[in-house]
Amino acid sequence: MKKYVERLWNGLIKENPVLVLMLGMCPALAVSTQAANGIGMGLSTLAVLVLSNLVISLLRKVIPDQVRLPAYIVIVASLVTVTELLIKAYLPDLYKNLGIYIPLIVVNCIILGRAEAYANKHTPLLSVMDGIGMGLGFTVALTLAGALRELLGTGKIFGAQILPEGFGMTIFIQPPGAFLIFALIIAIMNAIGIKTRQRKLVESGCDGNCALCATASSCETKPAEKAAKAEKAEKAEIKAETKEAKPAEEGGAAK
Amino acid sequence: MKSLIMIIIAGALINNVVLNQFLGICSFLGVSKQMKASISLGGAVIFVITIASAVASLLYDFVLKPLGMDFMKTIIFILVIAALVQIVEMFLKKKSPAVYKSLGIYLPLITTNCAVLGVALTNVQEGYNFAQCVASGFGTAVGYTIAIVLLAGIRSRINEKDLPAPLRGAPIVMIAAALMSIAFMGFGGLQL
Repeated sequence: MKKYVERLWNGLIKENPVLVLMLGMCPALAVSTQAANGIGMGLSTLAVLVLSNLVISLLRKVIPDQVRLPAYIVIVASLVTVTELLIKAYLPDLYKNLGIYIPLIVVNCIILGRAEAYANKHTPLLSVMDGIGMGLGFTVALTLAGALRELLGTGKIFGAQILPEGFGMTIFIQPPGAFLIFALIIAIMNAIGIKTRQRKLVESGCDGNCALCATASSCETKPAEKAAKAEKAEKAEIKAETKEAKPAEEGGAAK
Repeated sequence: MKSLIMIIIAGALINNVVLNQFLGICSFLGVSKQMKASISLGGAVIFVITIASAVASLLYDFVLKPLGMDFMKTIIFILVIAALVQIVEMFLKKKSPAVYKSLGIYLPLITTNCAVLGVALTNVQEGYNFAQCVASGFGTAVGYTIAIVLLAGIRSRINEKDLPAPLRGAPIVMIAAALMSIAFMGFGGLQL
């Protein structure tokens, strides 16, 4: 039982797809103009995610490894089409508000990401719980951002007037506001994370990740050097990846 | 002819795909760390989106619509895009290895770039004809390239600054994107 609850907690907080893993940013930024839109988008994605995790987990021994990604994409695209038709039929207002972002759930990185990272290795029940956790994490992040943007932009939350009438910084319901609000939320999460990490650091010492370290400025290695080092490491990584990718492709072509 | 140019300008500047419609954010935030990679990715995206919107437009007008299979468009388009990226990759590998090498891993990643599918679906929704679809695809992709190259330039400056710890990484990049977005809102005043 415990591991099922752990999956929910993991998706909601520890590996929140939007705020921690930075997946699925496109719909998150686009539809968070109102809290209600955030919930609608979040729940549609949750439905697709749970079903796709279930189906992929059930088929995990049937789908050949070489063609798994195309197979996942077809499964997800079919589920999204069904969801889109259902929303169109029963919730026409939401359909109008979300518009093109409903079919775009197909390319939402969260869904393919969970299929690849979790559902194709675990049992159906665990995968469903993982889908629910991740979907709820997505919904909470979208609703939070939507409520904040709606409050600052129009003075309302869920359409109910909270701040005096006439209040409203329109910039927050326009595109720049999306970037600003998410930057703010992620920065706050980082600040909280840094505090807990500092407490841990006292016990375990430096973990080598300077990007989020509050003591980086007084650290022995200078930030500029670190940046240079990080860049070098990245370049090396990319090189390594391309090198790895090449033989694999050639192998595929030979077949 | 005039309307085609307008579609290109509207796609590139006024309705900028990244800063105004939030498509392709993942690669926008991820790849813009390096200037060179951003330019390569921009080139690849222009290439793929233009071809993808042309193929999607033909398929929709001559296959899906006559058969009354409108609702299948999401599935068909994503498959077309995936296949197309694969073909483009094989073609480049054979015909111009230099370009292929400079694009590297970014080419296959384009399949999951929501800007490609987004443009194909928007074109169909707007009821564009073939020429308009190609123009809109090209304009959108140019807009994407402008945005990602500009952000890469800004980020190379940001990296040298001593920022408050919580803002390092994603938050400061998104604040930069917000300021760029405000600047691009200025194009909304263009009379076309």
